[in-house]
Amino acid sequence: MTAELIHRLHFAFTVTFHYLFPQLTMGLALLIVVLKTVALKTGSEQWDRAARFWGRIFGINFVFGVVTGIPMEFEFGTNWARFSRLSGGVIGQPLAMEGVFSFFLESAFLGLFLYGEKFLSRRMHWFSSVMVWLGSWISGFFIIVTDAWMQHPVAYAHLPNGQYEVLSFWQLLLNPWGLLQYAHNMTGAVVTGSFVMAATGAFYLLEGRFRQCNCEYGHIFLKVGVIAGLISTILIIFPTGDLHGKYVARNQPAAIAAMEGLFKTESGAGIVLVGQPNEETGQIDNPIVVNNVLSFLIYGTTKAEVKGLDQFPRDQWPTTLPLLYYAYHIMAGLGTYFVVLMLAAAFLLWRNRLYDTRWILWLLLISFPLPYIANTAGWMTAEIGRQPWLIYGLLRTSEGFSDTVSAGNGLFTLLGFMGLYALLGLLFTVLVYREISHGPAPEALAAQAVAAE
Amino acid sequence: MMGFIWFWLVAVMIVGYVVLDGFDLGVGVLHLFLVRNEAERQTALRSIGPVWDGNEVWLLAGGGTLYFAFPLLYASAFSGFYLPLMIVLWLLVLRGVSLELRNHLDLGVWRALLDGVFGLASALLAIFFGAALANVLRGVPLQADGYFFLPLWTNWQPGANPGILDWYTVIGGLVALVALTLHGALWLTIKVSGELEQRARRLVTPLWMALIALTLVSLVATIAVRPASLDNYFRYPVTFLVPAGVVAALAALWFWNRNAQPVKAFLASCFYLFFMLAGACWGVYPTLLPATTGAQNDITLSRAISGPHTLSVGLAWWTFGMALAVAYVVFVYSRFKGKVDLDAHGH
Ligand code: HDD
Ligand code: HEM
Ligand code: HEM
Repeated sequence: MTAELIHRLHFAFTVTFHYLFPQLTMGLALLIVVLKTVALKTGSEQWDRAARFWGRIFGINFVFGVVTGIPMEFEFGTNWARFSRLSGGVIGQPLAMEGVFSFFLESAFLGLFLYGEKFLSRRMHWFSSVMVWLGSWISGFFIIVTDAWMQHPVAYAHLPNGQYEVLSFWQLLLNPWGLLQYAHNMTGAVVTGSFVMAATGAFYLLEGRFRQCNCEYGHIFLKVGVIAGLISTILIIFPTGDLHGKYVARNQPAAIAAMEGLFKTESGAGIVLVGQPNEETGQIDNPIVVNNVLSFLIYGTTKAEVKGLDQFPRDQWPTTLPLLYYAYHIMAGLGTYFVVLMLAAAFLLWRNRLYDTRWILWLLLISFPLPYIANTAGWMTAEIGRQPWLIYGLLRTSEGFSDTVSAGNGLFTLLGFMGLYALLGLLFTVLVYREISHGPAPEALAAQAVAAE
Repeated sequence: MMGFIWFWLVAVMIVGYVVLDGFDLGVGVLHLFLVRNEAERQTALRSIGPVWDGNEVWLLAGGGTLYFAFPLLYASAFSGFYLPLMIVLWLLVLRGVSLELRNHLDLGVWRALLDGVFGLASALLAIFFGAALANVLRGVPLQADGYFFLPLWTNWQPGANPGILDWYTVIGGLVALVALTLHGALWLTIKVSGELEQRARRLVTPLWMALIALTLVSLVATIAVRPASLDNYFRYPVTFLVPAGVVAALAALWFWNRNAQPVKAFLASCFYLFFMLAGACWGVYPTLLPATTGAQNDITLSRAISGPHTLSVGLAWWTFGMALAVAYVVFVYSRFKGKVDLDAHGH
């Protein structure tokens, strides 16, 4: 194993694990604001209790996000030293802004939100939930801006010593790639949040929990989860996914060709629904293709020419091409399934039949891991699609890793992280499962509900 | 000029980190042997519960600022200190998770394990941070291209090919451990009451004496390992006020603790940390990371500083953002001021 490979795996593993937590943080933060707002408007103790329950889960999730996020901030220096030295003047800014503008905000108000309900006014407590939401969405913004600059560098100058520096604050923050990516990615976080909430509701109803105490938390969670889920699953395909895809096609043509499995340039290119890319023969094996659709999706006409991989020298093809292709197809395939599921659930909700239609409750329950998979696959698409570049068009991945850190030392810490994170994953599951089976009712009622079963 | 400004801005953020996260590290160490029962332990931990996460943000924000203002230093130091940094990361992970878990799980005997992990991780972090500072003061084997790689230890001597740990950096680690434990004890005297408060207050004096001894030893050792540390002081003798500040802060700490003025005593401890760090920074300035391989390899301010546009763009948002951040910090601490009352603030 070369040092380059180890450093890539190191980063990919730790960031992929990290992102499991923030996506729920960002999605839930929004939904908690929804719960708190209804509670404030109606004065309903039940919605307040629902918000408190999700606040507890949020708190656990947040801590895991924090402890897995801190290593990320360091890894740019530890594992990507040459990259950091050249691009720190640019990349370091949004990263530092993330800390300064959002983490301070978020951690301050989360403390108030979790510990302060007893001594804050209702309005102030609602306000702290809004600030927590803002903080998490701002932090998502800065990290996306950072990533967007690597995908699509803008507003920079090259200094004589090889380093890059920022020319314009606003152009850096308003990088069009970043805005598209942000819209799509945040929608993805809401998808995760609403699936988790809906699945919890479905779980309570299937188990027949909280029937006795006349407090149907299952209903609340399903209602909020399904409505937010329907909106976000539609938005994630159209317009955000669609626009993002068009922008990638124009700016990283080799990446889109590989994502779609388009080996040969075609006008009226078709879209591959299923099939396995074969790099040796330059073909898709066992293909199911719908003609003309790809040209239409990218350029708006069925006749347009789409560049295939044959237009690019081999050394500019994304490395690990099949993984890229599968990651993209997993994301898009799941995205289609999500819309179908949420449409069905929303229809039943509208007809007042959702709460006792067992098959859809079951589907909602077992689907909660899928948005995690879709989000992870989406990031793999973006990051592998950028290969072989670390900063697209400017710096290759092979020129960016820390070459003073040997493969042996890198593997040592990678294994360390794997062990530690396996433990974290286990603990997280136990904690959240306990919290969910405990439920939102106050202690006495919960005990009663369990006893009554 | 920009270089000078950013040097001190980064230094201020590091001081902010040490002063704030310092007391919760200290409480982490102390709770191992200071508390007598579960209620006391919960009180001690609750005194840092709402703030420790925000305190760690200073490390992140400081690291980010270092990253864009001095990319060469960030790249070189982080890859060169690869192994100890990774260990620090693991400790931070373990520490955060064990604190959180013990709040959520009522696991009987496992709770003792979690408390042990939390305390041990806190102590080791304090030691590592002190050792890290000592590494910077001693210098590292920088190559001409600006990179180096340090093993965890070699022969425990601060020579030309040192490890992260040698007798000198171990002293640095001990200073930090004692200073932060003392800092944490003073925090507890503010935040808790009853017997626990008395015990914390009684612990201050022995810790204070140990700290005086260690501070002196570290001073002598630093001058022995790097005689040039004093050059700046002799060039600008007025800066001897910084070490004088260290002495004054130590005296004030003792005085106010004895007169049961816990907030003032805690502030004195903040000033002690501030003067120690400022004194260390001034001892190396304008070098950021001295080389043991010859001064031509030093990473200096002018060599590491970012481009002019980056710095002026940065200064604009940084000033604004940090003003906001300080406002939040003040707001949160004022909301949680006073003694911890376990019943009043439900979780
Ligand atoms: C629930 C999650 C989810 C779902 C259902 C989808 N996506 Fe997605 N997608 C993401 C979550 C995501 C993401 C994790 O948010 C990514 C990774 C990087 C980014 O900014 O967003 C992403 C990236 C991403 C990219 C950028 C790849 C690159 O930068 O090279 C494109 C073109 C699409 N998506 C397109 C789609 C389309 C057409 C979808 C629907 C059929 C779709 N996504 C569903
Ligand atoms: C937004 C902030 C992010 C930044 C700045 C970033 C940056 C990087 C860097 C520096 C690398 C290593 C070089 C490389 O192999 O390309 C990398 C690789 C990778 N990252 Fe990201 N990343 C970010 C977010 C994510 C997220 C959230 C995920 C997944 C959930 C992710 C998944 C990956 C993967 C899978 C790789 C390995 C790609 C490969 O080696 O082919 N990244 N990223
Ligand atoms: C290289 C990539 C990344 C780095 C360096 C990074 C860094 C960090 C750090 C240091 C924290 C802890 C903050 C605290 O102490 O409060 C954190 C948490 C967080 N990160 Fe990341 N992160 C990365 C990827 C991402 C991505 C891609 C997103 C989302 C788009 C994201 C969103 C968040 C959010 C919302 C939080 C706070 C909530 C939580 O902890 O769950 N991060 N991140």
